[in-house]
Amino acid sequence: MSEESVAEEATAAAVPLVVLKGVNKHFGALHVLQDIDLTIARGEVVVVIGPSGSGKSTLCRTINRLETTDAGSITIDGRPLPQEGKELARLRADVGMVFQSFNLFAHKTVLENVTLGQIKVRRTDRREAEQKARGLLDRVGVGAQADKYPAQLSGGQQQRVAIARALAMDPKVMLFDEPTSALDPEMINEVLEVMQQLARDGMTMVVVTHEMGFARSAANRVVFMADGRIVEEARPDQFFSNPRSDRAKDFLSKILHH
Amino acid sequence: MNVLSDHFAEFREGFLGTVELTGLSGLLALVLGILMAAFRVSPVPALRIFGTAWVTLLRNTPLVLLFLAVTLGLPALGLKGWDSFWLAVLTLGCYTSAFICEAVRSGINSVPVGQAEAARSIGMTFSQTLGQVVLPQATRIAVPPIGSLMIALAKNTAIASGFNVTQLGSVQKSLNADTGYNIYVIFLWIAVCYIIITLAISGLFRLLENRLAVAR
Repeated sequence: MSEESVAEEATAAAVPLVVLKGVNKHFGALHVLQDIDLTIARGEVVVVIGPSGSGKSTLCRTINRLETTDAGSITIDGRPLPQEGKELARLRADVGMVFQSFNLFAHKTVLENVTLGQIKVRRTDRREAEQKARGLLDRVGVGAQADKYPAQLSGGQQQRVAIARALAMDPKVMLFDEPTSALDPEMINEVLEVMQQLARDGMTMVVVTHEMGFARSAANRVVFMADGRIVEEARPDQFFSNPRSDRAKDFLSKILHH
Repeated sequence: MNVLSDHFAEFREGFLGTVELTGLSGLLALVLGILMAAFRVSPVPALRIFGTAWVTLLRNTPLVLLFLAVTLGLPALGLKGWDSFWLAVLTLGCYTSAFICEAVRSGINSVPVGQAEAARSIGMTFSQTLGQVVLPQATRIAVPPIGSLMIALAKNTAIASGFNVTQLGSVQKSLNADTGYNIYVIFLWIAVCYIIITLAISGLFRLLENRLAVAR
């Protein structure tokens, strides 16, 4: 029942932004993604949860083709993902990505991290790029750190810079690959708050996370993965209070009460 | 003592010949080496194969054989009009580029994969990712071994004296014919000239290392 209502919502939002059809991927003998079908509508926030090794990070990374797939199709804004090359680079500029390990450019200042893509990829004028970067850094609360190097920042600050770096490209969709998993508990909230704000502003987001609180409060839909398959898709309130699959029940019982 | 003051012009000419040969072939080796390293990590299979073949061929050929192949082989193939100096630059540059390539590649491999992934995820192309993000960070790791390779190159230029290039090695040949000088003294002064060159290279690379260390 919940799946139907979710599907209705998706069709209501006109052309879906991200569509995965029959996606399969193997790592050697391991079948990490098995017949993945997933449709993400414009402005939708989809949270992907599941046990480790379930393929959720891999799924996230296939959407901008940091991971290749063996079979199936992925389209973004109606255009299928091209092969590696200039065209793929152009498409990636429209897909923001935030990594678990931040991956800020270590040899560039915070400000340069946020301007580099604008200048080199979007060919924006340096002045304009810096102005926009400072605006974004202020928005994520690290404006005062603009001239420091990434190594001089805390994990939470680095991750917020990484979000600003992705936003600087004006992406159509943002992918978050376990953005808080490498953070100290007290820094998790400062990153989640930025993500909450983004969600409220209507950004289309795919978030792989273990933060159930974020899934509850910000997600339009929860996708539960296990063993390379999407086991269950539901609205967060339905998923957390009344999961249908045994696998999800088992998973939730383990993480919700220790 | 006498030999240096009596034949200062020859020594100077030889010294400058070695410096020029080292400088120019070093430059060629750096350009080719970085290009080949880029080929070897490129997503295009043909380029990777070319880079690997380049390194395998040049790294495993004795330098003297390479000199013979270039100085005798290229003119035979129709490449005439090159004087022996430029043929020596070509030979030493290509030979050393194979080693530089591997030093640069070890630097590239030392940069965490996430750096390149982040660059690609904001839409940078392969060459932008390499040039803007990976190579600047790889340099720090690659500079010390490249310094050693440049010193090796400076000493390898001695082989060019066997192929009609005026440099320090040829000073010894011309003076040997001139009897009356102690051959050990001649060698001593030649060695001093090489030490000046190699220590200068060491100093230059130490400077470079220090500058890169504070740049982040």
